[in-house]
Amino acid sequence: METFGIWLAALLTIGIISFLYKDNVLYKACEAIFVGVSAGYWFVTYYWDNLYRKFYLGINDTSNPERYFLWIAFFLGVLMLTRLFEKIGWLSRWPLAFVVGATAGLYMMIYFVSNAFVQVGATIKPPPGFGTWQSYITYGLIALGTFCGLVYFFFSKEHKGAFGVAAKLGIWFLMVTFGASFGYTVMSRMSLMLGRLDFLFGTWLGMIK
Amino acid sequence: MKAGEMIATAIIIVVLLVCKFLLPKPIQLSPGLSGLVTVLLGLCFVYIFYLTMKDRPVERRIVFLFVGIALVVPFFMQFELPLPISPEVEKAYDQMAKLQPGAKVLVSFDYDPPSAPELQPVAVAFMKYAFAHDLRVIIMGLWPQGPQQAEQAIQSAFDAEPKLRDQVKYGVDYVNLGFQSGNEFVILRMGEGFKTQFPTDINYTPYDSIPLLKNVRNFSNIDWALNLSAGKPGTVEWVQIAVDRYNLHLSAANTAVQAPMAYPYLQAGQLLGLMGGMSGAAQFEKKTGYFGKATTYLLSQTFAHVAVVLFIIIGNVAFFRSRKESK
Repeated sequence: METFGIWLAALLTIGIISFLYKDNVLYKACEAIFVGVSAGYWFVTYYWDNLYRKFYLGINDTSNPERYFLWIAFFLGVLMLTRLFEKIGWLSRWPLAFVVGATAGLYMMIYFVSNAFVQVGATIKPPPGFGTWQSYITYGLIALGTFCGLVYFFFSKEHKGAFGVAAKLGIWFLMVTFGASFGYTVMSRMSLMLGRLDFLFGTWLGMIK
Repeated sequence: MKAGEMIATAIIIVVLLVCKFLLPKPIQLSPGLSGLVTVLLGLCFVYIFYLTMKDRPVERRIVFLFVGIALVVPFFMQFELPLPISPEVEKAYDQMAKLQPGAKVLVSFDYDPPSAPELQPVAVAFMKYAFAHDLRVIIMGLWPQGPQQAEQAIQSAFDAEPKLRDQVKYGVDYVNLGFQSGNEFVILRMGEGFKTQFPTDINYTPYDSIPLLKNVRNFSNIDWALNLSAGKPGTVEWVQIAVDRYNLHLSAANTAVQAPMAYPYLQAGQLLGLMGGMSGAAQFEKKTGYFGKATTYLLSQTFAHVAVVLFIIIGNVAFFRSRKESK
């Protein structure tokens, strides 16, 4: 059975990779299988992890005095399904409003603290180990990059003279950041391909030690 | 399908079958032959550059083919790359190394099989280290396939050291709490109590009857946490909620595509160490002494990077040349 699984996985991998040559029937079939299997996998996972483990076992846990709150979540979940019926479809907006409101409220706080306050603080205060000439260069660049980046996004004053130079420097910093991100992305995609090639040449063909 | 394409497909199938059934295995090139192959690949790039200069640029499939060759050929080579340990990996390792035997470690597996080449080596090396140093490991996942990746990492650790199968006990030395949906809200609720999000483990054993979890109520009972993350929900959410709100000591291993987003948190001290991409994973393997796939993959990735850089240079030279001519 394991051998069959390996052969099947190998053929599906080759089918997907064949798209690099051109779109073809084998690729389309593999893609359709992937979509179908993924949908089934998610359905089963959510059934056992949410409906069974979290809800069913939760409401039967008599030691938890808060277990009745789960009925509210269940009710909101059922309301989401009303989208399937045209006449009462508007009811699905309630759970959606709950999700949007809760997420927005949470994110407003956590982003303000973690991505604004703490980051600004870290840019201003001298970090541990500050004092060597390398640290002067490193943290000098961080401070300069932050300042120039902010200047670039300040549109209430025309980007001219010294202000324009700082803005230009800011966009250079941004470009370097995008370049580094792109480099990392390429690295990640190569790793993904490596995983499949290792499977094909190692697990399937057995050519790698 | 054209006749030429059918012939090419048939040839590929025959080659694959020969590789599968007739070739002696495994294949390993000697250092001399490895050097020769590298030189030949280099000459191919010189030829592609020559063709581009002659206004005969190669088509994109050739680029794909060369990147593929650059990834595969190093599998059979015996080069050893110098691998200096970066400060961020050193920091993550130091956090782990200072844990006492019996320390409780929370590991969140927030990735799926496509990201496994970069993150699974870290998971395997960590499991080997944790079991060898008697750390208590609590596994969970914000991605559905995460806990399965954890099971695979544990099996790899057991396969490498078979006596661990008898020594390491489920429920005492490690526990797998499984996947929980809800993204960042799961972390938020875990701050109040792990049991609210994980009433049972992955095998439906009640939380209270697992010995390892007896005195584990929330993040305050965790000595160190490791997040293996491939996206959202992942390291960003763990830092924003578990670290900044509940003061969890957290290090992370990220896929390369996500690592740039984690660096600001590292610089601000919110993240205690980061293993970014394949390079970070290989450094972590080297640091722990448990060499695995990441170290093997690194040569392939280096070759592929060189190939991509060379193609970018060739493409840019062709672009500036054509622009100059059009003027």
